[in-house]
Amino acid sequence: MTTVQEPKTDTFDDNDQKPVGYGRMLRKEDPRLIRGRGRFTDDVQLPGMLHLAILRSPFAHAKIVSVDTSAAEAAPGVKAVVTGETLAGLGLAWMPTLSNDVQAVLATDKVRFQGQEVAFVVAEDRYAARDALELIDVEYDVLDPVIDVRQALAPDAPLIRDDLEGKTNNHCFDWETGDADETEAVFARADVVVQQDIVYPRVHPAPMETCGAVADFDAVEGRLKLWSTTQAPHAHRTLYAIVAGLPEHKIQVIAPDIGGGFGNKVPIYPGYVCAIVGSIVTGKPVKWMEDRSENLISTGFARDYIMRGEIAATRDGKILAIRTNVLADHGAFNGTAAPVKYPAGFFGVFTGSYDLEAAYCKMTAVYTNKAPGGVAYACSFRITEAVYLVERIVDCLAAELEMDPAELRLKNFIQPDQFPYTTKTGWVYDSGNYEPTMRQAMDIAGYAELRREQAEKRARGELMGIGISFFTEAVGAGPRKNMDILGLGMADGCELRVHPTGKAVVRLSVKTQGQGHETTFAQIVAEEIGIPPADIEVVHGDTDQTPFGLGTYGSRSTPVSGAAAALVARKVRDKAQLIASAMLEVTVADLDWVKGSFQVKGDPSKSVTIQQIAMRAHGAGDLPDGVEGGLEAQICYNPSNLTYPHGAYICVVDVDPGTAQVKVRRFIAVDDCGTRINPMIIEGQVHGGLTDGVGMALMEMISFDEDGNCLGASLMDYLIPTSLEVPDWETGYTVTPSPHHPIGAKGVGESATVGSPPAIVNAVVDALQPFGVRHADMPLTPSRVWDAMRGRATPPI
Amino acid sequence: MQVTMIVNDVEVTREIEGRLLLVHFLRDTLSLTGTHWGCDTSNCGTCVVWLDGEPVKSCTVLAAMADGHEVRTVEGLAKGGELDPIQEGFMQCHGLQCGFCTPGMMMTCRALLDKNPDPTDAEIREAISGQICRCTGYSTIVRSVRWASVHEAAAAVNQ
Repeated sequence: MTTVQEPKTDTFDDNDQKPVGYGRMLRKEDPRLIRGRGRFTDDVQLPGMLHLAILRSPFAHAKIVSVDTSAAEAAPGVKAVVTGETLAGLGLAWMPTLSNDVQAVLATDKVRFQGQEVAFVVAEDRYAARDALELIDVEYDVLDPVIDVRQALAPDAPLIRDDLEGKTNNHCFDWETGDADETEAVFARADVVVQQDIVYPRVHPAPMETCGAVADFDAVEGRLKLWSTTQAPHAHRTLYAIVAGLPEHKIQVIAPDIGGGFGNKVPIYPGYVCAIVGSIVTGKPVKWMEDRSENLISTGFARDYIMRGEIAATRDGKILAIRTNVLADHGAFNGTAAPVKYPAGFFGVFTGSYDLEAAYCKMTAVYTNKAPGGVAYACSFRITEAVYLVERIVDCLAAELEMDPAELRLKNFIQPDQFPYTTKTGWVYDSGNYEPTMRQAMDIAGYAELRREQAEKRARGELMGIGISFFTEAVGAGPRKNMDILGLGMADGCELRVHPTGKAVVRLSVKTQGQGHETTFAQIVAEEIGIPPADIEVVHGDTDQTPFGLGTYGSRSTPVSGAAAALVARKVRDKAQLIASAMLEVTVADLDWVKGSFQVKGDPSKSVTIQQIAMRAHGAGDLPDGVEGGLEAQICYNPSNLTYPHGAYICVVDVDPGTAQVKVRRFIAVDDCGTRINPMIIEGQVHGGLTDGVGMALMEMISFDEDGNCLGASLMDYLIPTSLEVPDWETGYTVTPSPHHPIGAKGVGESATVGSPPAIVNAVVDALQPFGVRHADMPLTPSRVWDAMRGRATPPI
Repeated sequence: MQVTMIVNDVEVTREIEGRLLLVHFLRDTLSLTGTHWGCDTSNCGTCVVWLDGEPVKSCTVLAAMADGHEVRTVEGLAKGGELDPIQEGFMQCHGLQCGFCTPGMMMTCRALLDKNPDPTDAEIREAISGQICRCTGYSTIVRSVRWASVHEAAAAVNQ
């Protein structure tokens, strides 16, 4: 398989020494990581450091009758045992979630999901801490759990959230978007209406590094230093200040190297708070590092939407309207990490890439006795669910109309001259040119030839499927006036300092978890200010070292912080131009900027480099009137709109008729993320997301038995793709810059995770066409595909 | 109990609990934090090190089982300050993103090339199939190993 328009593996045209930013450049973070010299949270070792372990509930729903910690306290090496009751005495038993709900740090009244935090032990080493957990005697009075989300609102359903005053049922919130009446009118006059129930099961981001923290509280200084696995160090610091009542200037949150996030490391988990309390109580640094099972059963899950999709169209394939009804499982606490005015995230983009006459969504969210969370796993705030819904239902329509699914999509795309395009649910797509992206994917795939091959194979009884998806994403939250998390506006700061010798440091409010910020942000600044990327140090992930901002998730680093980096560099360049005018004794208007230097117009022999300007800015010579010394600037960027990347994905599968095993034979991804900063990194982001897609479509699911026991509690049960389940990825790209982003970049981190699951499921359903299958729910494991082939497919939950 | 082993060419002797896992011995006792702890069930492979030259998952090996044996970790991959071609390959071909699975991946891939200097893509995929990478989607890891294979072969010819 070939990779289109990307460098071959043995050509390395690196540009880190050039004064030009964009292009393939090897990563600045790699030299330490390939030597085992990365510094992850669990690598932090401090003198006298103690270890914390958490006792978790074995039951999904139970009253806590009593907790006896005496034996644990007497165990060797144990320094402290803390229960919910202890925390209640400090006013810390409950904490706010990012969705304005509350969540127990340690349970006081009852436990509400299996794996909920009940008590913790601090001991001299991690083994002693674990040993002591077994000596804590908790007496539970087991209650009936609410596991089936469809029964959560039944009149006789057990009440989960009796902690909320006046709460009498398990209703979490209602949400709607679009125009119900208008949509109904369009449906009433449509030639064709197709309806399909579609489940997006609960899945888990399961980053390779689990969550953890090292808290070091200095009682004399009143200072808290917290290393933690956080994608949003500044937001976390502010919330710790609010929750724990610690003054914000005395809190330093450090996100060191992070072993993958995918949204799992956005929320504040009880474990982080426990580590802080543990350090305060013992007066020592305390490390908490969860194990894999704890990560899978208690931290931010993703999806868990039960959707009914309806699509209305004319007989000749003009899509008129889409309507959907969603039942959302939010678990025991609404721990969704999304802008607060968007309880369903950005699900409103379920209208997809199509020009519709009407659209409507009605959503009901409920509490169940399952782990809290909801937005995680590279989902772009629920766009994963939205894209899956629209791209599945469009395929259902294609089947109904007996139309080629590529042709149906091409017929209905929003056209280039319609941008900026306002959808029927109110989203303003900034730019797009969909057909070339789709055509390129079809060209790389050899679409017509694939269809011919499929026809031949079908005639022989072989099951080959070709699946298409086309997505439009909305990434880069804010703007701050619409989007905030617990009142913190979604904007990002950036600070740039050029040192006297012309080397620079740029400080970001966002934080890499593997995306390569230390490289791409150096490239963005280099492109603007002409200092080679190798001379630009990127500092991030430490609240004492960086300006405030909301962090990395929802593919927002490049759209928001990347814009901040470009603009702060332009601000510095403007000042450099003033200084250059003095140095060259001309007016500012007489200078041309030529990557890395200012030249006198018409006389290129008279020029000064940015490095010379930097020395002058810090030097003893005169500066123009009103210009201060130094060469640095700071800004806070508030995006005027989201950015809307798009992409066309084609998947080819073979299904073994004897075992129902699905093999992804080929996968073609053509992405348009606007201006491309580092193609190598973009390709890597896409590859990773496509692998997530294979996982979700074919393997991954967090399910529960009727008692609420989590059935995906280890990597033996929660299956993640290895090198054998995925093909060699084939990628291409188109470039449609964002008109409002300073460098036209749109963000790409989640595109492939969002776009790939429907392509894979569409391919499997296409392969099963001889069996009359129109839909089958993920994950399409052999047993589920086998059932679908025999007409007995059931939803997974 | 007391254990003595050779870790990255250096003999170490430590007093340990009999139940101590090799991964924790390396990380917490010897401060060799390049080896990571990921799953406890031998599924993810981020803890892969060599025991007498064979890749093992150190989360399911007792430190006591390494007594009298030779252990090599990612910190012992570079020789005399020179990067191993596998390390260079991962850097050149974007074979890592967050870098958490990378040490284990590289130990497995180095062992593969020692046995099979010119592996096919399928052989590389088979070799790393006991390990999980959540970031790269594996294609670039395969390319990284191919890079190392090609450059090692070229270096051998030049010598």
